[in-house]
Amino acid sequence: MLSSAARLGWVAIALAVAVPALADELQEASKLLKAGQHKQALERVNKALAAKPRDPQARFLKGIILTEQGSTKEAIEVFTKLTQDYPELPEPYNNLAVIYASQGQYDRARTALEQSIRTHPSYATAYENLGDVYAKLASQAYDKALQIDSSNAAAKNKLALVRDLVGSPAPVALKEPATPSVEKPKPAPAAVDPSAEVMKAVSGWAAAWSDKNAEAYLAYYAAEFKTPGGEPRADWEKTRRDRISAPKSISVSLDSPKVTMNGADRATVTFRQNYRSDLLKSTSRKTLVFVRSGGGWKIVEEKSG
Amino acid sequence: MRALVLTALLCWAAAAAGATPEDRLSGVFQAIEANRLDEALKRVDALIRDHPNFRLAHLVRGDLLLARARPLETFGNVAKTVPGERIDGLREEALARLRAQRQRPGGDRVPRYVLQLHPDQKHALVVDSRRSRLYVFGNDRGMPRLVTDYYVTLGKNGMEKTREGDQKTPVGVYHVTGNLPRKKLTDFYGAGAFPINYPNEWDRRLGRDGYGIWLHGVPSDVYSRPPRSSDGCIVLANPDLESIGRHVQVGLTPVIIADEIEWTDAAAIERERAALAGALEQWRSDWQSRDTERYLAHYSSRFASKEGQKLDAWAAHKRKVNAAKRWIKVGVSRVAMLRYPRERDFVVVTFNQDYRSNSLSNVMRKRQYWMKEGAAWKIIYEGSG
Repeated sequence: MLSSAARLGWVAIALAVAVPALADELQEASKLLKAGQHKQALERVNKALAAKPRDPQARFLKGIILTEQGSTKEAIEVFTKLTQDYPELPEPYNNLAVIYASQGQYDRARTALEQSIRTHPSYATAYENLGDVYAKLASQAYDKALQIDSSNAAAKNKLALVRDLVGSPAPVALKEPATPSVEKPKPAPAAVDPSAEVMKAVSGWAAAWSDKNAEAYLAYYAAEFKTPGGEPRADWEKTRRDRISAPKSISVSLDSPKVTMNGADRATVTFRQNYRSDLLKSTSRKTLVFVRSGGGWKIVEEKSG
Repeated sequence: MRALVLTALLCWAAAAAGATPEDRLSGVFQAIEANRLDEALKRVDALIRDHPNFRLAHLVRGDLLLARARPLETFGNVAKTVPGERIDGLREEALARLRAQRQRPGGDRVPRYVLQLHPDQKHALVVDSRRSRLYVFGNDRGMPRLVTDYYVTLGKNGMEKTREGDQKTPVGVYHVTGNLPRKKLTDFYGAGAFPINYPNEWDRRLGRDGYGIWLHGVPSDVYSRPPRSSDGCIVLANPDLESIGRHVQVGLTPVIIADEIEWTDAAAIERERAALAGALEQWRSDWQSRDTERYLAHYSSRFASKEGQKLDAWAAHKRKVNAAKRWIKVGVSRVAMLRYPRERDFVVVTFNQDYRSNSLSNVMRKRQYWMKEGAAWKIIYEGSG
């Protein structure tokens, strides 16, 4: 505890000897951010970072701008790097937790907040946020107990994003580490979240099935789809067409779908499938493996149980 | 937190070694009582990892997490608006499981119902509906000896089934009549099913109807169901149903369903068994003696046969048959005696009857219902068993 408190003291002293030019740049960026001008704010910060690539204050501010912009993946990267380079700072952990929580990743949020508190045991914001995360985890556990679909409950994220490092009023620089490294900014990620696209494909697949629209349903299967019994594609398609046309009505609904990205172009989706027709009612656990292809996301594997 | 500890104020003996999910849940509650909440959370996390569909464990986990954010008001402190009975079902399951763990009967206690098992009956199943519990007894030279016990779900409308669709579980003495494996059933029945012979002869006589009372498992998406939520069936967790499956003998294993098991000791059982065995022996020897009036004196005025014959018709028929015999020999073996729950001094007796006479011989399994009238045991029903 003592050593981390001492280090924080050192940080506070370092803040006092800020480089004026950089401070101006960051102050300007801060103002732009407050005014909601994210793009311009980011330009300013990037300019500051071009001069001092490892400056924690500038990187921290960049993380906040990216978070507010919704560039979640990049923001996570910025804050994660900060926790690696300056593990004694509680704020980057806190902000990471806020982002994880907003994605519904409460277990990761919990871990990040516990680390934040470990670095700075009296850090009130992290405690408050941790309380909210525990409440959220509790709510998820209750949902499982009562079999309520918690994926629909658009959880409003009350967690507090911290805007300043060690509560300093003006953005200022920390002492630079001995070996400065040049970091190239990464290219901006695609604007659309791929897991949302996959989710859309899953819903479309279930809807086509429910509509008894065999053509639309089969169109969700990639050319390289592995048929379950290894039978020829044409045979499998015929079986599926028969199964889809036989009942008078079909309703397929999905419970708790979960998308896991395996790289950028492959995704695994697991869910509970509730199938109901006038002939049969069944519930099963299902896994669909999607790959990105020209026309969107297509199924290459389908497993039950 | 205090509320959580208070609700968990069920202190029971340390859980046995071969930890079932229920034992492990007890371990979680023990840690809560000892105020070792981190350990409790770790234990419940591990339990959920192994049994992700154990909803009650998720509820307890919710409480343990929420307790870190704010004080709890109740066990199952769910904030969302959900139908109250869904939380109540889980709370009742918690109480039923923990009570059963705490109030496990002593090794020398036996249920009053199992007076005698015959040598081929390896086990008897006895259900205590108040405790939501099924006890498995082994056959220790005719006497019941507790082997293990399981949490069960029973009818949502309670006990004593009388009508089709009343969603109640029957009370009485039954036996397993079939074994339906998992692959012949939908997922709803889980690991398998064992139908029982409801309505039995006595139920029919009382005009009770309905059918399809089974012991069965649970769907794959749950570990267990709330204590009162079946349509009358006896529902067990799939691993529990599978272990029972190893004990069940179709056509032989008794299933006795009681409101609340009356526990007694071996000496009391032996007294009751000996008295009834005496009456049965007297009936046998009186039949064999061809003194038909003495033989008929064993039958109650309320007697009816399987075919619906009342005492007068039965007596007339027996007098005629016996008068034509020069000699009769009756052997009785493989006797089982099971007392009927809820009824006073009412016992189902099943045995092998070896009948020989100068004109006819046959061997059959016979079932009689004996009832005490005044000081004497009388037969109120007789038919093939």
